[in-house]
Amino acid sequence: MNFINLKKDFPIFKNIPDLVYLDSTATSLKPKAVVDKLVEYYSNYSANIFRGVYKISEKATEEFEETREVTAKFINALKSEEVIFTRNSTESLNLIAYSLGRKIVSQKDEVVTTIMEHHSNFVPWQVLCSETGADFKIVDIDNNGYLDLGMENLKFKSSNLKSKSRILNLQNIVTRRTKILALTYVSNVLGTINPIKQLIEAAKRINPNIITIVDAAQAVPHLKADVQDLGCDFLVFSSHKMLGPTGVGVLWGKEDLLKEMFPFMYGGEMINGVYIDHTIYKDPPHKFEAGTPAIGEVIAFKEAVKYLKAIGMDKVREHEKNLTSLCFNKLNNNFSGKIKIFGPSDVNDRGGVVAFKFGNYHPHDIASIFDESNIASRAGNHCAMPLHTKLGVNATIRVSFYIYNDGSDIEKLVDGLKRVEKVLS
Amino acid sequence: MSLYSELILDHYQHPRNFGRIANSTNQRSVSNPLCGDEIIMFIKINGSKISEITFKGKGCAISMASASMMTEYLKGKNKEELKKIDKKFIIKMLGIDLGVNRIKCALLPLEALNKL
Repeated sequence: MNFINLKKDFPIFKNIPDLVYLDSTATSLKPKAVVDKLVEYYSNYSANIFRGVYKISEKATEEFEETREVTAKFINALKSEEVIFTRNSTESLNLIAYSLGRKIVSQKDEVVTTIMEHHSNFVPWQVLCSETGADFKIVDIDNNGYLDLGMENLKFKSSNLKSKSRILNLQNIVTRRTKILALTYVSNVLGTINPIKQLIEAAKRINPNIITIVDAAQAVPHLKADVQDLGCDFLVFSSHKMLGPTGVGVLWGKEDLLKEMFPFMYGGEMINGVYIDHTIYKDPPHKFEAGTPAIGEVIAFKEAVKYLKAIGMDKVREHEKNLTSLCFNKLNNNFSGKIKIFGPSDVNDRGGVVAFKFGNYHPHDIASIFDESNIASRAGNHCAMPLHTKLGVNATIRVSFYIYNDGSDIEKLVDGLKRVEKVLS
Repeated sequence: MSLYSELILDHYQHPRNFGRIANSTNQRSVSNPLCGDEIIMFIKINGSKISEITFKGKGCAISMASASMMTEYLKGKNKEELKKIDKKFIIKMLGIDLGVNRIKCALLPLEALNKL
């Protein structure tokens, strides 16, 4: 696979040929196949789904449900009924906190998350705990950006993933009272890839009834994620970060758990029967899909999954690893002593997300000067304020890579930083 | 056109009226937790005149230049002038084309001023 040529699949590069897009952690660009599929739905069969007994409604329903099957296979779910379409990862996490959290968490319990979470996997649990009186526990990170379970030399390096003994110390944090462990697969700031499978195994050894929730918004687009292999109970991600349309999130959950949860929203399409004194709901997934969903967007999402599958997730990962490695080398060579990159220094342990501090320049000024050369980056706390507080910085500048990036983008990043120095000093 | 005009850079690199006033009439601080910028404005009114107006804080080039230029304009003016400073004034004063996201940086000093 020649990655250099992938830019040709993305119409935005035809329209803005000099765009240096380094913000895929926020959202990804869309290949032509996805855009075409959206147009196909809106042009050829833009009907509502499920109850129409006419051809274009049936076509739309088939296309919609096919995405569910394609998505289920992509993450190796046992059944496509375990795949629920939401608006985004944020909604998926809030759904779990509301529909399951409020059912199982009470005052004597604990909920555990980590300091490296995006606000969407932090605040719902913080609020749940404050409402129920449960203990809100947070796993810290060490100085290298790895989860720190409080034991010396306990680093979850992927090179050590096979040594299960390293994770034993999780019992300092997870106890038999822990009802929920919610953690990110890949940090959207540090890039750290957490050893989810080993952590879940260890957590379930301590408390077999623990519910494990994986925020995979930064993982599913970039590496092979297998829900059965990971052993988690829930896993969430967003279409728009993996080449698909906006407005579509995925919530994967184990069927028996989905069945016992409260519905999240009530209304059309989620109901089997409504009586004056009670209502009977449909089974999952429809129980959680009230109202008309983003039909065209769900339909087009499967083209994104197919596109990634055709490349192969191992190749996607390899490509991003190479780019991150190149980025590290170029930044360190050109700006030695002036740049501080956050997160693990070993590219085997991190995704293609590089947040850094550059001299004393303000991240917003850096981002604005980048923009003058059509470099799209991001400045701020990236919806991870607890993490930035921990890192001792108010804001960072972040660049991130995906399959359409190549070495020339890194060169332009270096030129952009040189320009920052020129303009501001 | 670049946001980083000579005028903006001059005020960013050599901010006017930077520091505190020991016996200020009033002082107010504002912050933007999203980017960590914070500005404290100090003012000293003598009769109806703004005899001194200064600021301290940290932030991006745009917010610092905005505070510097604003205080430079107001110093020595009648205190009634304070009420005339608004979003439109700031945009005209800076003379650059700020997008929807960066305008917040430029308006942070105004937020402090409005609290005085």
